[in-house]
Amino acid sequence: MSIVLPALQGPKTPAFESYKPYSAPVRRPIEPVGRYFLAHATRTLRGHTWSEFEKLEAEKNVQVVEEDEDADLGDEEQSAELLATSPREWKEADLYAVLGLSHLRWKATEDQIRRAHRKQVLKHHPDKKSASGGLDQDDFFKVIQKAFEVMTDSNKRAQFDSVDELATVAPPSAKSEYDFFEAWGPVFETNAHFSKKQPVPLLGDKDSTKEEVDAFYKFWGKFDSWKSFEFKDEDVPDDSANRDHKRYIERKNISNRKKLKQEDNKILNEMVGRAQKEDPRIKAWKEAIKKEKEQAKWEKGAGSRAAAEAAAKKKAEEEAAKKKADEEAVLAKADAKKAKEAAKSAKKKNKRAVRGAPKAANYFGDEAKAEIIDGDVDLLLEKLDDLQLVSLAAKSEGDADAVKAAFVEMVSELTTSGTLKASYVKYFV
Amino acid sequence: MSSVIGITFGNTSSSIAVATQDGKVDVIANPDGDRAIPSVLSYIGIDEYHGAQAVAQLVRNASNTIINFRDFIGKQYDDVDVSVAARGAAPVKTEDGGIGYNITREDDRVELVTVNEAATRHFKQLKSAAEDYLGQKVESAVLTVPTNFNEHQREVLVQIASAAGFQVLQLINEPSAALLAHLTAASTALGEDELLKDLIYVVADFGGIRSDAAVIAVRGGILTILATAHEFNLGGDDLDDAISEHFAKEFEKKYQANPRKNARSLAKLKAESIVAKKTLSNVQSSSFSIESLAEGFDFLSNINRLRFELAARKPLSDMTAFVEKVLTKAGLDALDIDGVLLAGGCANVVKLAQNVQYLFPESTKIIAPSFDAKASNPEELSTRGAALQAALIESFDEAEVKESLQPIVVNTQHLQAPIGIKDAEGNFQALLVAETAYPIKRSIEVTNGDSSDVVVELYEGKRTIKETVIEPEARNPEDSDYDSDDSDEEPEIKKEVVYVAGDLLAKTVLSDLKPNSKLEVIVNITQNGVLHLTSRELKQGAIAVKGEVQGH
Ligand SMILES: Nc1ncnc2c1ncn2[C@@H]1O[C@H](COP(=O)(O)OP(=O)(O)OP(=O)(O)O)[C@@H](O)[C@H]1O
Ligand SMILES: [Mg+2]
Repeated sequence: MSIVLPALQGPKTPAFESYKPYSAPVRRPIEPVGRYFLAHATRTLRGHTWSEFEKLEAEKNVQVVEEDEDADLGDEEQSAELLATSPREWKEADLYAVLGLSHLRWKATEDQIRRAHRKQVLKHHPDKKSASGGLDQDDFFKVIQKAFEVMTDSNKRAQFDSVDELATVAPPSAKSEYDFFEAWGPVFETNAHFSKKQPVPLLGDKDSTKEEVDAFYKFWGKFDSWKSFEFKDEDVPDDSANRDHKRYIERKNISNRKKLKQEDNKILNEMVGRAQKEDPRIKAWKEAIKKEKEQAKWEKGAGSRAAAEAAAKKKAEEEAAKKKADEEAVLAKADAKKAKEAAKSAKKKNKRAVRGAPKAANYFGDEAKAEIIDGDVDLLLEKLDDLQLVSLAAKSEGDADAVKAAFVEMVSELTTSGTLKASYVKYFV
Repeated sequence: MSSVIGITFGNTSSSIAVATQDGKVDVIANPDGDRAIPSVLSYIGIDEYHGAQAVAQLVRNASNTIINFRDFIGKQYDDVDVSVAARGAAPVKTEDGGIGYNITREDDRVELVTVNEAATRHFKQLKSAAEDYLGQKVESAVLTVPTNFNEHQREVLVQIASAAGFQVLQLINEPSAALLAHLTAASTALGEDELLKDLIYVVADFGGIRSDAAVIAVRGGILTILATAHEFNLGGDDLDDAISEHFAKEFEKKYQANPRKNARSLAKLKAESIVAKKTLSNVQSSSFSIESLAEGFDFLSNINRLRFELAARKPLSDMTAFVEKVLTKAGLDALDIDGVLLAGGCANVVKLAQNVQYLFPESTKIIAPSFDAKASNPEELSTRGAALQAALIESFDEAEVKESLQPIVVNTQHLQAPIGIKDAEGNFQALLVAETAYPIKRSIEVTNGDSSDVVVELYEGKRTIKETVIEPEARNPEDSDYDSDDSDEEPEIKKEVVYVAGDLLAKTVLSDLKPNSKLEVIVNITQNGVLHLTSRELKQGAIAVKGEVQGH
């Protein structure tokens, strides 16, 4: 059954009207096979004489499907130093450079990694090396295999990316002269992919709105990174003879990871703080607020009659308000005294809760260190502000591990903010 | 019978075919009776072995047996992965940086056989097999190549053919040849011209040491490749290795002897694994027997299809992931694909076809031997396409073929969005589909129904996904086979691509019509991209309303 056309709603003329151009075409080669292609060729060649210009045009902007874009993937020049990496020291090498992907780094897709790896295998396969006369030429090949192993395991790759110094752009040196956006933009861009939460707001430019800028610093002030530092672990000896030593190394690794993580967080915090301080947009807004205030003052000072009247009226109102407030204050004072007392006792209660927590948690299984632990707690209680106290007290009950974690977290909060010196803390590190 | 043959030269196997003008194709067997002729040469003294006879030498005479050399053509030693030759003669670097093999001939004479020389000898063997069958000289051929063969490789291949004594009339891409063969065979079977149905296909070719895929749009009989993907080191060899490893373990457990330690045992395992793999494509289980596998122990065992599929799970799932990859590269969704043509020897593997089927909606037709016993042998598809093309162009001379391959003919503009009209219900009716090559002309018969004045509105189509909820069928309560907790199963959602009217491009008005008149709408785009809309009443003397739609 044939399609029924819609009835005409408007006028009968004009009989034809054109509204919009249709989408631009894409030039692609067609496959020269089959009889319909032959017909096409005959039509194109017989029906028309093509000018040289038209012939040349036909060779331009042709969409190619064979992947030339990545033809040189993994072809980067590798330095003699890199090539001399011994397999035992593979962790020292730039694993992206080993695969010839140093320009892509964490952006390299799995597919690109595979293809680049294949290129390296072709270049450095020991079969080829020994064929061309070299002995012991498979050292670098082993490093390649290691790099491939890391890069194709998402966990291991994340661990390598965490310590990949070449992945990020460093903040500008404070002494040098620089354009704020040019210098800081890339710093935040290159750090953004470490955030657990995505997408990450970026620095923006001088035209960003206040909301955007506020949101930006708020996000980065609470930046939660997925970095982890296993890559810096000391190798755990796998001989079963010396189990104590093994456990010792394991423990050392764990604490080292923690330390590195804290350091990393601190560096980021400082970096964000510095940028915020230098941010010309924030400076400008502060300036504007100041100006506004001055303007208001000036207007008041220049006082037209209306302004003076308004001022007088305002003054009267204020006085009335003050009187009322004073009366209220007397009442409130009595209340405040009560409230203060209540707060005091609440504070005492919270302190007690915090102080008693380690013991209640059996000193987290480290009874032998009870004294050290209590020492740390005392130190902590001295430094906590009221809010922190409330929050820590709230977390001082329940599962021992969680309690310990809360303490550790608080210590790190205090040390990063500089309230507490890290070296004073003995246990909760 | 055409005097021009079609040849497909694979790393693993090659085939030759010849076609009649009306589209009937014969795939030619060599004197051993093989249609999939192994691309292998082996030497003992002055004798040369070819095909399956050479393959048999891989157990005892591996170092003088040349395998997997097709992809080396036109390449430098430093640019290739020599590990594909691990089971045979070792590739060496020739003086000019190319690739060759040191073959020991009679009286311990070492002969350097270059890749080009090996290919030439292989072609001579293929040519002679074709001549035996045809009873006449073969002077020219159409050859298929993978889409990623570069210009230089293509030139070298042409030279190799000429050294072997025949002329290459045309080189065509493997996936296009395979699709041409399929569409031609399907047309004959259905009695309709399948080439004229505007459909999008994925041709996925799983060979011995590599996998290739292409997304091809078929529009008005013209084929256009939209995307390709290649995976090296993924193919039938990985399936063989999985079987070998399975039995190596079993053997080790039984005899405390490791059959992986020596090359000869490995070669025996491999040979028997290939046999088992092929058997499992047809039947549910296969025996596995090797005389003196290692340390003098004979080995006799069995494998069923399920066991094989488990052992080969990794390469099999890599193969399906590979099909997904080419879709991504084409920027298409499984819903946009009308058919998947599985080609190459591994397309016979039942599980592979099943896995690929799961990737696509029911509306996508998967073409594989396990789904359609009448489907062409997937290993032979591209050869058949080459033979068909050979029959088509046999009367042309070299210059004429070359002329038709000029950029002005081949590089054509392709429409990027469908164009169609709105019907009385407001539905978009496509006249032209995306990726149609210029020039285009389509017409459609329509009617005015009972309106005396109608409007033809020409729109660009916009892709939308329509979701239909299919309620699970009500179950027979007496049917106790079902678990009762199955019943709160989520309803299935069927998705399909539906085009709706997007931007209005132009309109024409047809007025003062008698009810139910026959009308015609014609849309055409010239080679230079000028789009005309024409509408008229289909009756003597009626005047057409015609106009040019703005260009970009
Ligand atoms: N019936 C079958 N069942 C399973 N696998 C098969 C069957 N027939 C052939 N094969 C396998 O298919 C592979 C060869 O396929 P094909 O002939 O398409 O490869 P090719 O094109 O020569 O190789 P490549 O694509 O790697 O260059 C081999 O691994 C072979 O064992
Ligand atoms: Mg192939």
